[in-house]
Amino acid sequence: MLYSILKKLDKRWIFLLMFLSVTLPIYIIDKTGKSFPEVPTTLSKQVFNSVETLNEGDPVLLSFDFDPASEGELGPMATAFVRHCAEKKVKMYFMALWPVGPQMIDDAIAKVIHSDFSSLIYGVDYVNLGFKPGNEGVIKVIVTDLRELFTTDDMGKSIEEIPMMSGINSVQDFELVINVSAGYAGTKEWVQYASTPYPDEIKVVAGCTGVQAPLLYPYIPNQLPGLLGAIKGAAEYEKLVIDKYGGDDPDPKYLEAKRRMGPQLVAHLFIIVLIILANYIYYIEKKVELKNE
Amino acid sequence: MKRNVPLLITALGGFVLIIAYFIPATQDWGEIAAIWFDVLASIAFILGGGNLLKIHLKNISNKTPGWAYSTITLFAFLITLIFGLGKIGVNPNPQYPEYPFSGHYREIGSPFWWLYEYTFKPLTATMFAMLAFYISSAAFRAFRAKNTEAILLLGTAFIILLGRTFAGVYLTSWLPDWLSGLKIENLTVYIMSVFNTAGNRAIMIGIALGIASTSLKVLLGVDRSYLGSGED
Repeated sequence: MLYSILKKLDKRWIFLLMFLSVTLPIYIIDKTGKSFPEVPTTLSKQVFNSVETLNEGDPVLLSFDFDPASEGELGPMATAFVRHCAEKKVKMYFMALWPVGPQMIDDAIAKVIHSDFSSLIYGVDYVNLGFKPGNEGVIKVIVTDLRELFTTDDMGKSIEEIPMMSGINSVQDFELVINVSAGYAGTKEWVQYASTPYPDEIKVVAGCTGVQAPLLYPYIPNQLPGLLGAIKGAAEYEKLVIDKYGGDDPDPKYLEAKRRMGPQLVAHLFIIVLIILANYIYYIEKKVELKNE
Repeated sequence: MKRNVPLLITALGGFVLIIAYFIPATQDWGEIAAIWFDVLASIAFILGGGNLLKIHLKNISNKTPGWAYSTITLFAFLITLIFGLGKIGVNPNPQYPEYPFSGHYREIGSPFWWLYEYTFKPLTATMFAMLAFYISSAAFRAFRAKNTEAILLLGTAFIILLGRTFAGVYLTSWLPDWLSGLKIENLTVYIMSVFNTAGNRAIMIGIALGIASTSLKVLLGVDRSYLGSGED
């Protein structure tokens, strides 16, 4: 009975169930305001500590190398990174290796700095250097000479007129490089062309998509001391930031990754159930096949 | 000439970058080569745009199957290009009000911003979200425990899938401390940092050796396939 139902199951039912697996938890979490607890892993703690050990006024380069397609996975960690940097009062230098990276930077600045850290001044506390084409070619140049490529900020203002750019001549002048990456060019290129040739001068920590994370593990811990893998890593980092700076009633926008862990849980369980059912069909078919032989 | 000049440029650029990496005194050469690369990468956008126009205009002209999609692609490309490059609807920068082109192309409320916010952003996000449906369909149709390797792969997949959610923590929370290594969340970390890292490192070393040998063939002009057939 079960076998015949499963065998003839239209894949549109699977699509519908997947849709419900994602939407229902979003709805429930939105209504109840509750999410699952997170236990930060060592890698998330290392990312947190890398930012936490910075001193006020330290220059930090944030390279947002992703686009709206992966915003669902990377947006929350970008928000958490900017919030953490703003809380630490470090100087934030934003840049992007992806053409729509500047829009991702705009989103994070509007969400965090404009709304909750309005005392921060553009050009003094943070600057958006914008997008530069050339992928790893850009990294290769700016590790020794940032001013060669970035002559203006994203708005076209000369960097000579931006106060916080004084003393910044290359990536080696930053205390930390934070990369949020959705693929090429991204964390792998930052590791290969920045932190590997200059291990004492450049320190890179990153947040990346789930499919990228396994490929970046070989660089841990020497070339890449900390890594946030997908929404799970973002949720862990969010927890660490909230625990330290969140207060009693944190703004929901700083709990976005934790909220998105709900749909992830149900979707993962659903996929496991699908795999088990698929193997049940396979087992029955094999059994019938052997019987016929 | 048509083939020798590109070969010479490739060899020169490649060897300069190699020398600059190993000899600190020649580091500046490498920087200059990298800057040229970045300039070329910017120009490649124009080349890419031209190529896109050529291919899709050809599709439309020949009425090849799916030519209607080519029309949509060209329409979307030209509209975005005109609004973006032309800065249509963008107000001048308050610092330079006398220059109409001094405004920023991403100005909130401008047609280009509108295209990004209400067309590009939802469309790309939708495409990425569709993966969930493909994965669920693939999970039901493709993952079969046909042999020992497949069983190991499935077992690992289950651990990782559970370990990346609260389910992993919840299911094995009853294990005593001395068995904490068997907790699903810890097993996930172990699999990722030991088995995955070892496998990936081996693959990466293999790829690196392959790239080194292929690059050398390209630089020495032995492999000329990147130049095309030369018939165009």
